[in-house]
Amino acid sequence: MAIIQQNVKDTVSDEMALVNAAKAGDVSAFEQLIKRYDRNVFRIAQHITQNREDAEDVVQDAFLKAFENLEQFQGNSKFYTWLVRIAVNESLMKLRRRRTDRTVSLDEDIETEEDSMPREVADWSPNPEQLYNQGELNEILSKTINGLPASFRTVFVLRDVEGLSTEETAEALDLSIPAVKSRLLRARLQLRERLNKFFRNPKGGDGHK
Amino acid sequence: MTCSDFLKELTDYLDDTLDNSTRVELEDHLHWCHNCYVICNTTKKTIEIYRDSQLYTLPDDLRNRLETAIVSKCKGRKKSH
Repeated sequence: MAIIQQNVKDTVSDEMALVNAAKAGDVSAFEQLIKRYDRNVFRIAQHITQNREDAEDVVQDAFLKAFENLEQFQGNSKFYTWLVRIAVNESLMKLRRRRTDRTVSLDEDIETEEDSMPREVADWSPNPEQLYNQGELNEILSKTINGLPASFRTVFVLRDVEGLSTEETAEALDLSIPAVKSRLLRARLQLRERLNKFFRNPKGGDGHK
Repeated sequence: MTCSDFLKELTDYLDDTLDNSTRVELEDHLHWCHNCYVICNTTKKTIEIYRDSQLYTLPDDLRNRLETAIVSKCKGRKKSH
């Protein structure tokens, strides 16, 4: 455990060294930060915008904006959390531009029937993801999460896919911790409910202990 | 604990951030409530499937192109300052 904690400390101090070098104008130091996080930013952006071209633009715009505003990053949070905040804002702007109603907001808090206790609960196959090939599975997962409101899928992606803590997610999205928890619960339950039809056990076994 | 109470605590239970007494109550509920047992397991599985998925991975060629473009723009911005 002590070794793991030391490694985390080393990573953070190494990252601050890169940020400080980039602040002083060292583009190669910033390039290392890009290589560290561009895959994450792309994934977050595509989850929010639901559009690959927009996600490509967000990756470029978010890193460029981060580079230009590095002076404002004081190191009170992790560089990655600060970067995610920029990427989420850029993604939401793209999403609003594509929507005619332009009302996309992280404040939306929509009650649906899926939030209540399901009446019929069927268990899933033992390894449901193996029922489909990689392409089919990706399509199922993508369509399912895209059906969620932007505010729910953004919280789910940051917390459960990217592994940010509840506090980091709240900071990146400018939400309170109870708001993050409430959206996360509902996102998880709605995804579970929607995946049911793809993953439920065809033999009707209930998998009870 | 009712099923609705269980549902309210599910996220903290899955994230292992519950206090000990609530966790014990919740696990006791899971022992006899089959619906909640299945919901708990399949919600956990939902998270794992998304976490382990290959959804929206950045292909190497696109990644290289994006990195080159960003670095070049950063160098341009640096010169203009």
